[in-house]
Amino acid sequence: MTYLKTGAIAAVALLAALPAAAEWAPERPLEFVVASGAGGGTDNFARTIQAILTKQDSIGRPVVVLNKGGGSGAEAFLYAKQNAGDPHKVIFGTNNVYLLPYVAKLAYSTEDLQPVAALAMDEFLIWVKADSPYQTAIDLIDAAKADPGALPFGGSQSKDTDETLVALIEQKTGADFKYVPFNGGGEVGVQLAGGHVVANVNNPNENLGQWQAGAIRPLCVFAPQRMAESEPIFDGKGWHDIPTCAEQGVGIESYQMPRTVWVPAGVPEDALAFYRTALQGVAESQEWKDYLTKTSQSGAFLTGDELQAFIDNSETSTVEVFKAEGWTAE
Amino acid sequence: MGNFDLLMQGFGVAITPMHLVLMVAGVLLGLVVGVLPGLGAPNGVSLLIPLTFTLDPTSAIILLSSMYWGALFGGSTTSILFNIPGEPSSVATTFDGYPMAKAGQSTRALTLAFMSAGFGALLGVLVITLLAGWASDFALRFGAPEYFAVYFLAFAAFIGMGSASPVKTVVSLSMGLLLASVGMDNVTGEVRLTFGFSELLGGISFLVVVIGLFGIGELLATVQEGLKFRGVSSRIDLRDVFRTMAELPRYWATSLRSGLIGIWMGITPGGPTAASFMSYGIARQASRKGEPFGTGRPEGIIAPETADHSAGSCAMLPMLALGVPSSATAAVMMGGLMIWGLTPGPMLFATKPDFVWGLIASMYISNVVGVILVLMTVPMFAALLRIPFAIIGPMIVAICFVGGYTVSGASFDLWLVLLFGLVGYLFTRLDYPLAPLVLSMVLGHKAENAFYQSMILSDGSLKVFFSNPLVGSIMALALALLILPKLLQLGGRLRRRQPVE
Repeated sequence: MTYLKTGAIAAVALLAALPAAAEWAPERPLEFVVASGAGGGTDNFARTIQAILTKQDSIGRPVVVLNKGGGSGAEAFLYAKQNAGDPHKVIFGTNNVYLLPYVAKLAYSTEDLQPVAALAMDEFLIWVKADSPYQTAIDLIDAAKADPGALPFGGSQSKDTDETLVALIEQKTGADFKYVPFNGGGEVGVQLAGGHVVANVNNPNENLGQWQAGAIRPLCVFAPQRMAESEPIFDGKGWHDIPTCAEQGVGIESYQMPRTVWVPAGVPEDALAFYRTALQGVAESQEWKDYLTKTSQSGAFLTGDELQAFIDNSETSTVEVFKAEGWTAE
Repeated sequence: MGNFDLLMQGFGVAITPMHLVLMVAGVLLGLVVGVLPGLGAPNGVSLLIPLTFTLDPTSAIILLSSMYWGALFGGSTTSILFNIPGEPSSVATTFDGYPMAKAGQSTRALTLAFMSAGFGALLGVLVITLLAGWASDFALRFGAPEYFAVYFLAFAAFIGMGSASPVKTVVSLSMGLLLASVGMDNVTGEVRLTFGFSELLGGISFLVVVIGLFGIGELLATVQEGLKFRGVSSRIDLRDVFRTMAELPRYWATSLRSGLIGIWMGITPGGPTAASFMSYGIARQASRKGEPFGTGRPEGIIAPETADHSAGSCAMLPMLALGVPSSATAAVMMGGLMIWGLTPGPMLFATKPDFVWGLIASMYISNVVGVILVLMTVPMFAALLRIPFAIIGPMIVAICFVGGYTVSGASFDLWLVLLFGLVGYLFTRLDYPLAPLVLSMVLGHKAENAFYQSMILSDGSLKVFFSNPLVGSIMALALALLILPKLLQLGGRLRRRQPVE
């Protein structure tokens, strides 16, 4: 029975091939799904990684970047749910992956995605106009206490990271601001420079241009320690010279936004391991360090348990704010 | 003059063989991207961004911006030939461009469009050159109430002069506003009007609607008219191109006015699409003689095209000097700037003069290159209309659906293209104007956001729209544009009524 023989040989060959197959590698072009429109911070994050991976040739397959920024990024996460178990879809987001389902009724939950890694932390600072009377965060907070609900505080989007931080400041200090949502960080930066709002909590690179020009100045940064040393930016001051908000007496130890990479739920562990290794390679490259410096973000490579702990911690503390503000959907 | 010296220095940076090759390549790529509806400049530019990492920032921005200019030119081509706007900003070009092409004058229509586009772009760059510092200071004065006033002005300029029945205009306008509010709202964070379809979370894409309304809708109308595509008789002659160029100076007033509108809308971030609509509306009001608009009047092509391109070039200024992109493409380019390590902001002009002025100088050159290149393609494109309908019709359907799909790669959008094709057909048959729907879809959400922000700032008082001379005068102008034409119409009842668009 030659059939049987061939079958047996094939089975043996398969068995021999098995250990090699455990090393997962992409079989098709990869899709990098970006949870923001083209040109946003998350988009730059994904495209920089794409460029570095291509240069390092660690994927071996072409990479296509897809922008699915609808519904504050929910579109990308829904896409992950629809493609459960597909290891060729990689999703790029921030903390919106696990926070969005709390504030809006959406057809996905955090369990529909698995975290792969966080590669950077974007910082938040309190900024005021250069000629503003407030010299420290406490000055600003006291003014808001003295005249509740009168000081317009700009931020990007609604019930997103910016408004959450402003709400957190209010809950911790008893100040009362008038939060005005705009479409993006750049727009809020210009609104502040033009004096249409009193303060904002932009990320460093969203306000860098206006600070260089001396139109606005930072009061403090919501990080556990001061930011890394840098070239002086304006008036001899660089990022390291900005005090932390905790130093100034605002009772918020840390508030950072992770830049995260996810795959759909049901993707096997060996594929996750493949991406972890590839992203580790990105995080260690010189190009990545340049990107972090240029965008004034802090480097942080978190995977596995460390990443899960970070997510759990960030989720719990933010949801407390949501609950106190009554933002939770249902 | 300081700016002039800097510009000359910029030309020194821009004119190198390498940069000239990049410009030509960029314009050609942009043309291709612009002609394919749905692909559009923002997608094209974002596809190119990873490739630019190996270039120095000046070369990279020259490549990307040249592609943008090319796409703007290309977008007008399909608007005129097939009534399918390749870019959102070329919707207004369809109103008169398509009728003119249908009447067998496609060469004339394309030449008019390209020449005025080139003129608009050069006017825009000239303003950037002369007023760079002043314009960015001016833009800083725009807060939420001022933004709302600018959007309101665009609405008023277009609607106040509409000649369709007022009730039908209101129906069309409201439908556009409804469509614009679908999806997640930025200001409140609420999900609206999605009816449980998660595909609608991101809202209904404007381009998908436009491809359906204009492309498929027009095709259905053509089918009903007996499968005739009346471009067949069009003569194709390069001499027509020159003859048309010779008639351009006659429309100097329209060109200049439209250019200024475009500049204004480019600097105060209303954007090219709003500019082209507003300029079309005002041109319709300003000219009384001759055949009506919407039947292929030259001014109806010149006005939106000039404004579109001058706004497109001026939009580079808020992007570079303030970090506020006023078009989707500018947003993508800004992302590129950040990856290259340049920070958009007032200091960019001082810290990177080579980059900024190299870019500005390249805008002069690449627009001239662009006009020459597209004019050479005119006979080729015009010849497309000679292909029998039995062949070109199915191709247009395919292009529309492919275009609709490429906007965001969602198959749900294909159904929307079909649905809006039917809507477009019904609207045309029942004499409902499409333009107000399109306009309110583009500006509706932005206007709503700005209004909401103003209301938060003022604690709900409408007085905020007259709280300073700037916002007050824009609002007053808008109200005048909205009301005056109707009053004049009422006063001059004896005057022959403007036919329905």
